[in-house]
Amino acid sequence: MAARPDTTQTTQTTQEASGETPAQAPPSRVTGGVRVTSTEGRQRRAGKGLVERSTPYLLILPTLAVTAVLLGYPLVRNLLISFQKLDPFQLIQHTTQWNGFSNYTYLLTSGDFWHTTLRSVGFTAANVVLIMLGGTLVGLLLNRLGKRMRLFLSVGLVFAWAMPIVAGTTVYQWLFNTQYGVVNWFLSGLGWHSMAQYDWFSGQMSTFAVITLMIVWQSIPFVALNLYAGLTTIATELFEAARMDGATAWRTFQSVTFPILKPFFLSTTFLEIIWVFGAFTQIYALNQGGPQGLTETLPVYAFIEGAGNQHYGMGAAISVLTILMLLVMMSYYFRIILRQEDDL
Amino acid sequence: MRRSLFGRVWPNAIAVVLFLFFIFPVYWMVVTAFKPDLDIISKTPVFIPFDATLTHFAKAVDASGFWTLVRNSFTATLGAVALSLLIALLASFAVARMRFRGRKAFILLIMVAQMAPWQVLPIAIYLIVRDRNMLNSVVPLILFYMMMVLPFTIWVLRGFVAAVPKELEESALVDGCTRLQAFVRIVFPLLAPGLMATSLFGFITAWNEFPLVLILNKDSGQTLPLWLTQFQTTFGDDWGATMAASTLFTIPVLIVFLVLQRRAVGGLTAGAVKG
Repeated sequence: MAARPDTTQTTQTTQEASGETPAQAPPSRVTGGVRVTSTEGRQRRAGKGLVERSTPYLLILPTLAVTAVLLGYPLVRNLLISFQKLDPFQLIQHTTQWNGFSNYTYLLTSGDFWHTTLRSVGFTAANVVLIMLGGTLVGLLLNRLGKRMRLFLSVGLVFAWAMPIVAGTTVYQWLFNTQYGVVNWFLSGLGWHSMAQYDWFSGQMSTFAVITLMIVWQSIPFVALNLYAGLTTIATELFEAARMDGATAWRTFQSVTFPILKPFFLSTTFLEIIWVFGAFTQIYALNQGGPQGLTETLPVYAFIEGAGNQHYGMGAAISVLTILMLLVMMSYYFRIILRQEDDL
Repeated sequence: MRRSLFGRVWPNAIAVVLFLFFIFPVYWMVVTAFKPDLDIISKTPVFIPFDATLTHFAKAVDASGFWTLVRNSFTATLGAVALSLLIALLASFAVARMRFRGRKAFILLIMVAQMAPWQVLPIAIYLIVRDRNMLNSVVPLILFYMMMVLPFTIWVLRGFVAAVPKELEESALVDGCTRLQAFVRIVFPLLAPGLMATSLFGFITAWNEFPLVLILNKDSGQTLPLWLTQFQTTFGDDWGATMAASTLFTIPVLIVFLVLQRRAVGGLTAGAVKG
């Protein structure tokens, strides 16, 4: 999820590009000369058929090659390993021992896998609901604030957003430290005295609470700032008309804001689902899926089973199953954004 | 319509509370890093350290191998970004400026590759890298980080290339430039801001990467994120030094982020609300 600003930019480019064009458009004098050139260019192109036609393929060739080697091959290898028994013995001997579907049958009939899957789904649902609700409320608030307060709040949001995930986890470990953590001090100061020496990382739910708070804290700024940017594109007349008709804030959101920004809400929700479901660093770096593996979600489970317990074949099988689930979510996401992105 | 006093006050009050909620962990990290030990473990937390100290930073920097890891992090990150820019520049030019069979399929591939499930691939990548005897090397990191940021780089550069008016390039062709010359002399200089922005985003991704380096590299092959997560184990409960290390790790990202924030938000929504 470190790639947050990146991944989301998927939907951006075409518009940004067309937005910038007018500013950089050449003066009319140049444009006048162009009409001639473009016909000339066309003639020239017709002349050198083959070279001209193969140019785009040569240009995308490096991308295709590295994608095949660095992404395609690991995916295939992952699939192959998932059909093997690959423990330290086979690893050291460099032997390949196929065992068919037995990794999968083991997983699909074991309680562990289903528990972890259920846990992942619940964890994702809780996080995404909180992120979308919180992000929407903060975004709407940003739109309502005066200029100065808006800048003020945005600064806070950007700092939380920019914080590297790994640094975030160390800070949250410190905030929730048993003995000297400022959270325990604060809670006991509020009168909740049993929290004074509370060990957050010894229980399943309390660990999940810290992880969730951290993920929500990291994710809300993205949703809120982008929602605000979207809100500014809605004509103010629409809101004024709604107010004239005596609409309440909730009604205005329901009938004006939400329908207009529906593509934003849909694509952001799916992006968040994909990110949270695939979250690894936050959970692993905070408490290694502990206590006793009780906060392992699927990606963490795959890593610990594969790399930690050195059952590489089993880990790969978990990873393949996780990828299949992610694919289902991604197909929905792509259906949404491809509908928006009409000029590829 | 005038709002009541209450109606004008509550949004601001909530904004202040939210500001504190979002900024506090960052503030607490920096402040703890500067606090003397006694203030860190005091019964009532010290919110503003009047007797700031740099000892924790000194401890973090003097930790064995720190500079090796800094070098690894920068090599992996900058190498990945430079390589991906080079490859992406070619592809984005083809996608933005040329019509060819399979163009849509290529764009779709880029979009799918952008969402590649890297978090669950470490096991396979570990075995691939191990088979080539390249564990503990920074080279696989450069290559795989490059692949992680490549789709995004192509995607964004394509927008920047498309934004350079085709007419400029064509008039250069008329003036006798070859296509390559036109690109190098006309398009490339105009792309500079785009290249800058794109590479900085790539920088953030590669700088923060954790799961892959966790399985691939040990000891002197590590990068800073690994060092940071293991800091506590190495130093016991030295929270001052841990926070100093976190602060040092965060600074480059923060600088990059503050520069880019406006572009990230504006650009995204421009596309997102298009429907």
